[in-house]
Amino acid sequence: MSSTTTKTTKSPAQGKVDYDPIIKELPEQQLIQWLRDMLLIREFEVRTMQSYQNKKIGGFCHVYIGQEAVAVGSFAALKPEDPVITAYRCHGQALARGIEPKYCMAEMYGKIGGCAKGKGGSMHLFDKSNNFFGGHGIVGAQVPVGAGLAFASKYIDEVINEGASTRVAMAFLGDGALNQGAFHEAMNLAGVLDLPLVVVCENNGYAMGTAIDRGTTRGDNISAKADGYGMEGFVVDGMDVLRVYADMKKIVDAARAECRPKFVDMRTYRYKGHSMSDPRKYRTKEEEQQYESQDPLDRLMMYLKATTSFSDEQYKTMNKDVRAEVKAAIKWAEQSPEPTPDEQLYHDVFVEEFGPYTGTSVPEMLEEWEKPDSQKS
Amino acid sequence: MTTTTREIEFRDALRDAMSEEMRRDKRVFLMGEEVAEYNGAYKVSKGMLDEFGPKRIIDTPISETGFAGLGIGAAMMDLRPIIEFMSWSFSLVAADQILNNAPKMLYMSGGQFGCPIVFRGNDGAGGQLGSTHSWCVEGLFSSVPGVKIAIPFDPYDAKGLLKTAIRDDDPVFFLESERLLSTKGSVPEEDYTVPFGKALIRRAGTDCTIVSFGRPLYFCLEAAEELAAEGIDCEVIDGRTIRPLDIDTIIESVKKTNYCVVVDQSWPFASVASEIAAQVHQYCFDDLDNHVHRVNSDDVPTPYAYALEQAYLPNTRKVCEAVRAVTYNA
Repeated sequence: MSSTTTKTTKSPAQGKVDYDPIIKELPEQQLIQWLRDMLLIREFEVRTMQSYQNKKIGGFCHVYIGQEAVAVGSFAALKPEDPVITAYRCHGQALARGIEPKYCMAEMYGKIGGCAKGKGGSMHLFDKSNNFFGGHGIVGAQVPVGAGLAFASKYIDEVINEGASTRVAMAFLGDGALNQGAFHEAMNLAGVLDLPLVVVCENNGYAMGTAIDRGTTRGDNISAKADGYGMEGFVVDGMDVLRVYADMKKIVDAARAECRPKFVDMRTYRYKGHSMSDPRKYRTKEEEQQYESQDPLDRLMMYLKATTSFSDEQYKTMNKDVRAEVKAAIKWAEQSPEPTPDEQLYHDVFVEEFGPYTGTSVPEMLEEWEKPDSQKS
Repeated sequence: MTTTTREIEFRDALRDAMSEEMRRDKRVFLMGEEVAEYNGAYKVSKGMLDEFGPKRIIDTPISETGFAGLGIGAAMMDLRPIIEFMSWSFSLVAADQILNNAPKMLYMSGGQFGCPIVFRGNDGAGGQLGSTHSWCVEGLFSSVPGVKIAIPFDPYDAKGLLKTAIRDDDPVFFLESERLLSTKGSVPEEDYTVPFGKALIRRAGTDCTIVSFGRPLYFCLEAAEELAAEGIDCEVIDGRTIRPLDIDTIIESVKKTNYCVVVDQSWPFASVASEIAAQVHQYCFDDLDNHVHRVNSDDVPTPYAYALEQAYLPNTRKVCEAVRAVTYNA
């Protein structure tokens, strides 16, 4: 982490790890869990791409491969009661926040078993039980809503519970959203209203096909923008989950203690295209290979091997488990019925029933589908 | 049952609704431009900062996208925000938040996150404010499913409908008229609400149904008196809410009168009047003795010059002419 006033630190060369002391204090099991969390996202996204190509998933689809360390490391710095919100590249965040893969997969399959009963789709994943406030499709529009999550957290603590502010909201955006008015307005409001909000720009270098320098002033160091909003800005190496956690822990803790917003330039890279139809002609294969050689999963594996007894055998078992979990999620999604127009088309439009509208209900997060007798084994 | 009433201004009725709901429910807060220290650009929130303090009456910068979105996030966490737009004309810069986020959150999240928020402010021509500041947003916004839209006519409804809006679990667009803020009317002392989706017959009549919302109702009621002298007895219906629309009350009236005029201050093309006309034609086809006539603002940008603006807006004369035209064969 570096604040805007200090020089940006570079990633260490592989093998020469020099992490913050708080990393050394973490239990080995925690690090192994993060590796599994990242592996789950990657496997989930690989299978998502396959399902998309097999036309099981419709619409637009944006995968998170390469950026896994950002979601996993950032959420590890939060408490379960802290609300989070993100943009349309939301599968990784949803999984890292704790939603079961089958509810995400079924949502993308457009099935009733999805986290939004098939009404949201790939870009609009929601999970209230984990304080995950979406997946939002319009670039930048989630940042003011994120400011509202921070405002409400503070308001509930201070006005309703008559205590001190205890929570921090986290709002993610891509570097392409930096130039939306919504981002500017949310940053300014967070500053003037003293909101406990950590705004994390997942800076993967490209707004769809437009490199950051072509569309964004101070593209070399966007954390400098924070100064204009009267808040601290930070640069974080988003390709290394241990660095993400160590830096975000300090940033989140400070936002919580000061009840003030913070801005993070999270340097990361998406290995795949903006969406499934993107041939990535705006960047070179060499550039992609350079980032892939700094892979966040490899980096954590290397650290684990150097500092713990974590073995290749354990990794193989983990890989096998994760594959089975994602495979089961796909099976579950495939088995889930489609939402029926009679029951669902006019459902969840309004809370109350009136006219053609049938009110609302929370999604039934079923463990297993009620199969017709004929299909039961 | 006797009820104590008092005579108050429309703006007082709005303030009383908000203050009473804020006393009743700590989740309710008011946010907008100049609502706190300035006491409201139109003095609707006068004195509220003193009573509730800066944590619940919150001044914002001129930043409609920002504070509209902030309110939506707060509503997703089950607070009850009242977001004031100084004018609904300014809501257009927040269109993505109020049209893409607020009305769709419940549906997109499959029922997980509602959006119990009230957006309120002045709607319609204020008087020579020119094209950009004179929007009647109901024509534009009422096609979006997921919102409720209320347009109060008098202080009684302003208070009763706004209380309903604040207590409602869904997003409500509450459209006030700057031209009505100083009008007076009596309201009961005790707590009351006016339900959404229940139209009110402001004047009973037998010869022609006139349907309207908000300020143009004054023209309709004036026209009804003028027409009564000519022997045309009009029934004037105040729709109160555009969404939900109480089409049943309108149908019942048209089945009796066989004629219908809709008076709507928005533009004519794809307007509230178009929708009501279409529904009346659908449900009262065999009862109508003429097609539904519409009185809208003219299909041009709102002009500044006094004479042009007067020619552009609905008025009593236009309503009279429409009723005479629709009932020519009676």
